Amino acid sequence: MVPLRLTCFTATSCIGQGLAPMLESLLAGRSGLTPCDFETADLRTYIGEVPGVDEVRLPAELAPFNCRNNRLAELGLRQDGFADAVARVAGRYTAARVGVFIGTSTAGILETEQAYRRRDPVTGALPADFEYAKTQNSFSVADYVRRRLQLRGPAAVVSCACASSAKVFASAQRMIEVGLIDAAVVGGVDSLCLTTLYGFHSLQLSSAAPCRPFDVARDGISVGEAAAFVLLERPDRERPGRGRPGCARSALDLAADDVVLLGVGESSDAYHMSAPHPEGLGARHAMQAALTAAHLPVDAVDYINFHGTGTLSNDRSESRAVVGLFGTSTPGSSTKGATGHTLGAAGALEAVICALALRHEFMPGGLNISRHDPALSACYLRETRRVRLGAVLSNSFGFGGTNCSLLLGRAG
Amino acid sequence: MSLSAYVSGVGLLGPGLAGWPEAARVFAGEAALGAGRTVLPALSLLPAAERRRVGRAVQVAMAVALEAAAGAGADPASFACVFTSSGGDGHNCHALCESLAQPDRAVSPTRFSNSVHNAAAGYWSIATGSTLESTVLCAHDASFCAGLLEALAQVSAAAKAVLLVAYDTEYPEPIHSKRPVPDAFGAALVLTPGRTPRSVARLRAGFSDDKVEVMSNASLEILRGAIPAARCLPLLHRLERGTPGPCVLEYLDSLSVCVELEPCG
Repeated sequence: MVPLRLTCFTATSCIGQGLAPMLESLLAGRSGLTPCDFETADLRTYIGEVPGVDEVRLPAELAPFNCRNNRLAELGLRQDGFADAVARVAGRYTAARVGVFIGTSTAGILETEQAYRRRDPVTGALPADFEYAKTQNSFSVADYVRRRLQLRGPAAVVSCACASSAKVFASAQRMIEVGLIDAAVVGGVDSLCLTTLYGFHSLQLSSAAPCRPFDVARDGISVGEAAAFVLLERPDRERPGRGRPGCARSALDLAADDVVLLGVGESSDAYHMSAPHPEGLGARHAMQAALTAAHLPVDAVDYINFHGTGTLSNDRSESRAVVGLFGTSTPGSSTKGATGHTLGAAGALEAVICALALRHEFMPGGLNISRHDPALSACYLRETRRVRLGAVLSNSFGFGGTNCSLLLGRAG
Repeated sequence: MSLSAYVSGVGLLGPGLAGWPEAARVFAGEAALGAGRTVLPALSLLPAAERRRVGRAVQVAMAVALEAAAGAGADPASFACVFTSSGGDGHNCHALCESLAQPDRAVSPTRFSNSVHNAAAGYWSIATGSTLESTVLCAHDASFCAGLLEALAQVSAAAKAVLLVAYDTEYPEPIHSKRPVPDAFGAALVLTPGRTPRSVARLRAGFSDDKVEVMSNASLEILRGAIPAARCLPLLHRLERGTPGPCVLEYLDSLSVCVELEPCG
């Protein structure tokens, strides 16, 4: 595939609102996980909560979209000049040529959960102020982002559980490739709600401690929340001829320090609804497909951001998949010990972390690990390393056996 | 590169529409739209343990997907998949919200696993053994065209066959009053990059701001307006009748999708 430039990117999670504090947290090895005191939840677990989400006010004309998920989206859009960058690109191509593809797993379901506690005692009806389309429906967040950024191109939510906001990169890439659009706002927004907190608890997949990916005593995830956005653009559509002659990117308008999307790989496990394939077959197919799309060999990958949820089965099957394809020397880590598992936002959040790693030349070490599980033979980084990276891979896998790997790199 | 594909298999199920051949008779005016509710067939493809767990959304999606794959004369596992739905499984969603409103919050782990919007795609992959990529979209009332554009982009970008499955189910009360989808409905298209012996028409799609095509049959028009996945009906009507020309389908506010249809003679 033709590489796409990440013209602008930003993320907001429990380790920081915007890139600067997030970078600082990653370099310092700081986790944002705290004991769960969310809403009325009564669970012994840790969460990655973004502070201040409930104080965010949406623009008046978009007030009916008010829910935690869209407030988090709004908070995310305000960081790092993202909205301005989108406006510039929309000005260049027209707003109809910019698509919006956002991943989420639960959108504004928290509003519905709360509305069910306010049902009419006689009729059972939901309260009159409950807005289905603009809060509960999965599309609400893409609809919000599209309106907020005044875009008029195609839009959809991708909702493939925890692979949702990795897969949005694939949707955008294809639409750009076939010429339907010139640029796209992709991203992931998923916010804390009772469905996921109690749901993962019911499956015994959430940990009572901060999650410990790749640790021998790991026992589940910590649910987090995040809003992460990337402006993807085809680099040969503007200012032609800026690239250096003789360079592989000479036909493309890219600067050496630009971060580019080199490949996307997707697959299905065909195995189980809530457990990964034990040998990580689907995961391996997705990683291989990303390399194939980028025409790169395995040794081009310098770092892997693991899906690394901290459940027994995920880390085991992912390690097998990684070792099967890359061997035991390609370093990788999970950043979920810092951010928690942000579910439908994880793909985009971790793509942004990878973009930061490429730009600022580091590999983030995994947190909360006291003893590496000897059964997991993938090379797992426990300390942050300062090193220049050429290409990095980011894995996202979801319920339903849906897998997606993103390959990002430096343009030069 | 244009956004185009051949339709090489069709599946359809909805209230009064028990499959593509029956729908064809309704489109031809030979039969009236049935009055009954959507009849969902048993899913023999799923292992018994899984079959007990699935709800109406999975049932309707898999039924139309199988019909389309059979129509294409192809192995159901041979397609990349695009599933698209506005609300997924409404009954499952209601049951979870109801559990969470109780003091003990005893959430069923099966219901939670099934609450993902990609449940039908996951069960389809398990049932058929397909390890190919699948994606699952939602665009509220625009979900059908969002799926169509995604599927056509996949066919055009990768020159591979894609199975598009659009489906919706009703919510029970109290959400039903807020989102009054009346019944389950599903439509599936096998879209191939080249013409096959089973191809019925070639589609070329782009954006339009022309007026959206409506159904001349009043009952079908009510269905089209009431269920997001049924926004495909004008296209399916033309496919069945072999009517060439542009078909403008409802998509987002101020943006429609125009499908130029060229029947395979």
